[in-house]
Amino acid sequence: MIDIILDHYNYWIVIFLMMSGFYTVISQGNLIKKIAGINIFQTSVFLLYISIGYVDDGTPPIIAEGYTTYANPLPHVLILTAIVVGVSTTALGLALVIRIKEAYSTIEEDEIHDKDKSL
Amino acid sequence: MIDTLIDITLLAFLTITAIAIIRINNLFVIIMLFGIFSLHSAGLFVVMDAADVAFTEAAVGAGIATVLMLGTLALTREHEEKKVAHRTRLPLLVVLITTIALVYGTYDIPSFGDPAAPAQQHVKPRYIDHSIEETGVANTVTAVLASYRGYDTLGEVTVIFTAGIGVMLLIGGRLLRRNRREDDE
Repeated sequence: MIDIILDHYNYWIVIFLMMSGFYTVISQGNLIKKIAGINIFQTSVFLLYISIGYVDDGTPPIIAEGYTTYANPLPHVLILTAIVVGVSTTALGLALVIRIKEAYSTIEEDEIHDKDKSL
Repeated sequence: MIDTLIDITLLAFLTITAIAIIRINNLFVIIMLFGIFSLHSAGLFVVMDAADVAFTEAAVGAGIATVLMLGTLALTREHEEKKVAHRTRLPLLVVLITTIALVYGTYDIPSFGDPAAPAQQHVKPRYIDHSIEETGVANTVTAVLASYRGYDTLGEVTVIFTAGIGVMLLIGGRLLRRNRREDDE
């Protein structure tokens, strides 16, 4: 039992973080808060990938004499790309929020729905 | 041992930050907490031997994303999330089911840091053994990013370009529209 916890606690906490971001996205009405939630979800997914690349007693994958155990470089590369793409999508999402504020003069989801219905 | 201790401490900080973000209504506080969340995860990347990812996360995730959100806050002039009685039961149920499915899935993942895991047995030895003679770069992450998967990185530039165009299309005319409105008045 202890073994299972020690082997997997990292994944479980990362899953908890992921789900807290997910919960923020689907339960909160404020659009800026939703985007913060998406970002938390995203960062947690990065943590999950990096966890999979981690090796016990390893070093960062920079080849040097005297070291033989390196972390897996492939997840690192994928996540580097994902971080930058994540910021691009965040920027686009925030631009949409500004545009919505301009058109509806609110960034609360239910008020936007109400205005849509009253048209 | 010390690695595990730092790992658990940072994960605990991340958990507290995530819960605080759900519960707090002040948008400025939420954004700052998100910056803290990113910075802690950058620390966690260092512990998990991903130095390059940690740099990028600290600069881009904690830096640029936070600044972008603060800019949005300034432009929308919204500071407080309205306290509405949201339906929390259905989201909670969805999240709970997803959590159970994901945790069930982790039983098939090899244990954390296992050197015999399939992820460590394939592709990786090829990169570690041959990247220096093939690319001449000691940092394997750089070698893969710029050489083996150079096209991916090129695609990434395209994504940033597209996002930039999108942002300009959405809010680029903002100033123009405001001036016109003032002229009309």
